[in-house]
Amino acid sequence: MGELNKLGLAEARDALRAGDVTSVELTEACLTEIEGADALNAFVHNTPEIARAQAKSADERIKAGDAPAMCGLPIGIKDLFCTKGVPSQAGSRILEGFLPEYESTVSQNLFDAGAVMLGKLNMDEFAMGSSNETSVYGNAINPWRRGNDDAALTPGGSSGGSASAVAADLCLAATGTDTGGSIRQPAAFTGITGIKPTYGRCSRWGVVAFASSLDQAGPMTKSVRDAAIMLEAMCSHDPKDSTSADLPVPNFEAMLTGDIKGKKIGIPKEYRMDGMPEEIETLWASGTEMLRDAGAEIVDISLPHTKYALPAYYVIAPAEASSNLARYDGVRYGHRATLDQGDGITEMYEKTRAEGFGAEVQRRVMIGTYVLSAGFYDAYYNRARKVRTLIKKDFEDVFAQGIDAILTPATPSAAFGLGEASDDPVQMYLNDVFTVTVNMAGLPGIAVPAGTDNNGLPLGLQLIGRPWEEGDLLNTAYALEARAGFVAKPQKWW
Amino acid sequence: MSIDENTAARVAKLARIKVEADRLPALAAEFNTILGFIEQLGEVDVDGVEPMTSVTPQRLKRRVDEVTDGSQQDRVLANAPDAREGFFAVPKVVE
Repeated sequence: MGELNKLGLAEARDALRAGDVTSVELTEACLTEIEGADALNAFVHNTPEIARAQAKSADERIKAGDAPAMCGLPIGIKDLFCTKGVPSQAGSRILEGFLPEYESTVSQNLFDAGAVMLGKLNMDEFAMGSSNETSVYGNAINPWRRGNDDAALTPGGSSGGSASAVAADLCLAATGTDTGGSIRQPAAFTGITGIKPTYGRCSRWGVVAFASSLDQAGPMTKSVRDAAIMLEAMCSHDPKDSTSADLPVPNFEAMLTGDIKGKKIGIPKEYRMDGMPEEIETLWASGTEMLRDAGAEIVDISLPHTKYALPAYYVIAPAEASSNLARYDGVRYGHRATLDQGDGITEMYEKTRAEGFGAEVQRRVMIGTYVLSAGFYDAYYNRARKVRTLIKKDFEDVFAQGIDAILTPATPSAAFGLGEASDDPVQMYLNDVFTVTVNMAGLPGIAVPAGTDNNGLPLGLQLIGRPWEEGDLLNTAYALEARAGFVAKPQKWW
Repeated sequence: MSIDENTAARVAKLARIKVEADRLPALAAEFNTILGFIEQLGEVDVDGVEPMTSVTPQRLKRRVDEVTDGSQQDRVLANAPDAREGFFAVPKVVE
């Protein structure tokens, strides 16, 4: 069957069911590949014993004719998901040694669907970053390079390890999470597919919290079909998450017909940013033509508050983070600083958090503390929440005009070099300029690889859908994928 | 609005993060860069706009007020940096 680790979920599933391959074989192929890929620093906690046991029991289920959607398919899990008895550090020193006593709902759903866990994946600390450079594990590396230049590039962030692992075929697919673009930006940087579903589709229970009103889990995969299969397995109504939607989860894969005739696709003028590279413009224009060619009607639209989404996000997300991260106090789990003679509980908190949190996390916790503090709450936090209402209304207005989906670039550039953007925090934040609006409005968004830049690096397009209509969105992405015909893979150097 | 070193120190204190005095000027400068970026929000007309409380229109679910969990003391304490006699242990809180 060739190199089994290179298969996608759908191909591997069909091969498993046809008896052409076993889950044990698939899993061993991935484990071997992971062992040889230390240079990518994508997997940070390997779980080969768990993987082999799960693969064996998946093979038994398949033999018995009881094969659920993900049965026997080896995947990686972002370090943000709590996995029972397996290190779950959210890329932070402050959770060093933490072994969850419970399983996140999303990973449990995947295991119930028969998935095999190969290990935990690198990420920016507490999912705060766009380049995977804030991780306690060190940088994850993009398997793609600029032509023959061997400079290390970022796989994006915060789900950088997930993106790198899927693009390098270390696993068939991976989980990610997305608070401002953390699934879609790394997917675009590595030439893979990533979808953030509607807020409330995936349970947040057991996912280490960053900004609770924005966080959503989603799959990172090698194709749109794979995204449909894995998303369905991840979604559920969960009484343990009060914002989890009590709605039936459709069969997303069955909705992939590729027929988008008559669909109205909006092209928002505000996403044409000053100084946007011509390659991105060209990609966007060609994506528009592909959808027109597929029979969609292209409509120019306006989302007037787009410009304010990123600054509003950098009030709301740090505010929620400062509150969520208050729990890391050195008392109940994780790191506690060594104390000096005479230190009391306040010194314990302050030293523990100074040692346990990296620079970017400290910065955001303090910004959040500031915008929530007496005297500034109205000027910053309440104003940002009002702007968020307006951003959501922009989308509601265009959907009310009959728009089915919105096409935009996924990122303002291709993957950049490690260290190239880390000096200025605001410059780094601009990576999420096209993706963050979607989190602010709670909508589903998907990044699909659609072309390459002059250096041969992948570029992605983003489609934004109506709330709860992930099936329709995936189908539009499927039509785009078919016409983009992106098949390039990184040259193996690691 | 500009943040000085005193304000930076006060924010660090509120956030319970120890910041050495020599780090304060750089920290204040970083805050000012980020807040300068956020200041753009002042341009938006938000008169009469409700601040968002929930991104999806939903009523929070209610459930019967009854005990559904408990008796897991060992598991609750399993990850504690310092647990003694069934409790979390911390440095002296009251003199």
